[in-house]
Amino acid sequence: MTKIKTPRARRPRKTGRRNPLASVALIAVGLLFTGGAYVAFSTSTAVATTDASSQQTIDQGEKLFAANCATCHGLSAQGSSEGPSLIGVGAASVDFQVGTGRMPLQMQGPQAQKKPVQFTAEQTAALAAYVASLAPGPAIPSADLVKASGDASAGAELFRINCAMCHNVAGAGGALTEGKFAPAIENVSGQHIYEAMLTGPQNMPVFNDMNMTPEDKRDIITYLKYVEDNPSPGGLALGSVGPVAEGLFIWIFGLGAIVALTVWITAKSN
Amino acid sequence: MTTLTTRESADDQAVGAKKSGGFTASAANYIDERTSISGAVKELGRKIFPDHWSFLLGEVALYSFVIILLSGSFLTFFYQASMAEVVYDGSYAPLKGIPMSVAMSSTMDISFDIRGGLLMRQVHHWAALLFVAAIGLHMLRIYFTGAFRKPRELNWVIGFILFILAMAEGFTGYSLPDDLLSGNGLRIIDGLIKGIPVVGTWVSFLLFGGEFPGTDIVGRLYSLHILLLPAIIVALIAMHLLFVVVHKHTQYPAAGHTNENVVGYPVLPVYAAKAGGFFFIVFGVVMLIASLFTINPIWNYGPYDPSPVSAGTQPDWYIGFADGAMRLIPSGWEFVWLNHTYSLNIMVVLIVVGLFIVTVMVYPFIEAWITGDKREHHVLDRPRNAPTRTAIGAAGVTFYASLWAAASSDIMATHFHLTMEGVIHTLQVTTLLGPFLAFFITKRVCLALQKKDREIVLHGYESGRIVRLPGGEFVEVHQPVDEYERWKLVSYSDFKPLMLRPNAQGKIGPVEKVRAGLSRWFFEDRITPVTQTELSRAHGDHPAEITDK
Repeated sequence: MTKIKTPRARRPRKTGRRNPLASVALIAVGLLFTGGAYVAFSTSTAVATTDASSQQTIDQGEKLFAANCATCHGLSAQGSSEGPSLIGVGAASVDFQVGTGRMPLQMQGPQAQKKPVQFTAEQTAALAAYVASLAPGPAIPSADLVKASGDASAGAELFRINCAMCHNVAGAGGALTEGKFAPAIENVSGQHIYEAMLTGPQNMPVFNDMNMTPEDKRDIITYLKYVEDNPSPGGLALGSVGPVAEGLFIWIFGLGAIVALTVWITAKSN
Repeated sequence: MTTLTTRESADDQAVGAKKSGGFTASAANYIDERTSISGAVKELGRKIFPDHWSFLLGEVALYSFVIILLSGSFLTFFYQASMAEVVYDGSYAPLKGIPMSVAMSSTMDISFDIRGGLLMRQVHHWAALLFVAAIGLHMLRIYFTGAFRKPRELNWVIGFILFILAMAEGFTGYSLPDDLLSGNGLRIIDGLIKGIPVVGTWVSFLLFGGEFPGTDIVGRLYSLHILLLPAIIVALIAMHLLFVVVHKHTQYPAAGHTNENVVGYPVLPVYAAKAGGFFFIVFGVVMLIASLFTINPIWNYGPYDPSPVSAGTQPDWYIGFADGAMRLIPSGWEFVWLNHTYSLNIMVVLIVVGLFIVTVMVYPFIEAWITGDKREHHVLDRPRNAPTRTAIGAAGVTFYASLWAAASSDIMATHFHLTMEGVIHTLQVTTLLGPFLAFFITKRVCLALQKKDREIVLHGYESGRIVRLPGGEFVEVHQPVDEYERWKLVSYSDFKPLMLRPNAQGKIGPVEKVRAGLSRWFFEDRITPVTQTELSRAHGDHPAEITDK
């Protein structure tokens, strides 16, 4: 470096910030920082996504909201006689309700039913960003918390104690009062399971981070994914709903087969 | 040929039978000289069994029991009935490191770490469900064909006790793994017992060795499950079968079937071969089911802990009716008197279910008392020919089925998108009104079928042929029913309501009045079987003979 620094007046400097590669390096560094910051923000659990979404996304979300949600939830999400206020419910709630197809509501009833998802992931994110911009609320969990990377046996125990009375030990779902029900948790993404615990949709209680830590929630997701990914070691699970399915099976198919065989055995030869 | 030789040689033992027959004959002779078994073989081998599919249902129950004994013995090699706490360290990842009882842990080991263990567990459990189901169907067959009538009343009672014992076996077995599901089941039993006034709490403490769940119950249930209950069941099955041999088998009404004979195949060789083969068929079906379908996945339920209860917690099907009965009781059925809470919601269930069970058990005696029928019956009734009995049966089935269905009220609510309350209220109505409706409909259907039978016997089947006689008269030709068929249609006993007669003192007691009233209720609507005179007169009316030309 020092050797090149000879005083040659006419020649433009090709070193330091005037080096031809300098702008490339600058862009690289800039990208590294923004990318790194993005990763850092999205891995930290809290309110990362709302920060990440720009004013433009929020505006888009507001338009979508006005067109699809405002009929029940009010033009500024303040709620109406048809639907609750969404101020302060947070991005997680929107992502769960819209992302699983429960919202927009198909029909009034004891509880919102799942149906084919109506919005793209982008639109869902825009809606979430808009609602999150109204007031602080639970954010969409980071990716590593919703992966099945926790302790399945701790998760299974937590699930039995906190969730199984409504959702059944194998997550097959169960009945509640007046036509309400706890849905089956099969083929539900880890993110949606997490958000459900965090926001308590429909009749579900809220399991906030104070009474169930993010790691606990991850353990529960791990257990549910284990059950989903590992077929029952005993053969077909008959819906995992318990002895009712077993009893129905033995009467209809077990005893049915046996009776057919008794008829065959005692049939007179022609 | 061989048997003939054996019998001859048995008669003159001194001479021996070395001349003919070879090894079989000499072996048979050897055994017979020491056991005199030929008498039994002669008697039993010629025993006749009629052939009908419904007569095999009891056999299905017997074979299921044999399968249960075999698979159960395997399970006892590995199961440990202890409630001592251990930390699970087996193959199933989602329970690793979880404290549980030795009973649960050993059941987990049977399921995951012992070769063939899970299959045997599933064979045992599926066979148990089939056992009770086959008994149930067998009982329905016996009931609706009137096979419980004299001389078989006691065998009905024995069979019914077997049914109850089978349920007890099932329940004790269900509780052994000490998983969440079975623990919840025991908790319900504990609640039921504690709901009995005065003695409830004491009995519960006696049973569980202190406050529920304690550390005794699994061991106690195990003793009952593998020792006492099976021993009683085996003894009663032996008696049950002995009575079948003593009474001879019943048969359906058909040409040539009378109270004095049994039409069918002899045990040896036909029936023994059929029945023996059938055992393997039943075993095969159970094996197939057990290898393809999960039953009682205790790994999902996890170890028992009194706090969690899973949605969809039910007993096995045969206890379902009792569980359902409790679900049907409206809320708030209890009162406080003298500082004690009286739980009507539990007592009513115990009383109603208890009465139902006792009524079914003593039904043969009730019916015999009402009808005053002292004759022996070896030919079965076709259900339509005993309309009131069939209707009572249908009412009982409806009542039982409503209770049974109530046990799955939550599953029905979720799977058919109904409200839980709607399901419960509907079943409350069907439990109370359904039996009456079923009684009425069944009785009318039976009477209608009897009328149809009568019509067929008297006029035959319509052939659709209209014949013009030489005199110009048109007649419809009927196809007469053949004699074999007619036998079946007309040979049933006709009952009339009892006449109320004064006794020796010239009085009519209240008991007799009740009896006469019941008898009238039983028999006032009846279709009498076709008599010979009616038959010949009917044939005069209708030129069925024309078809014979």
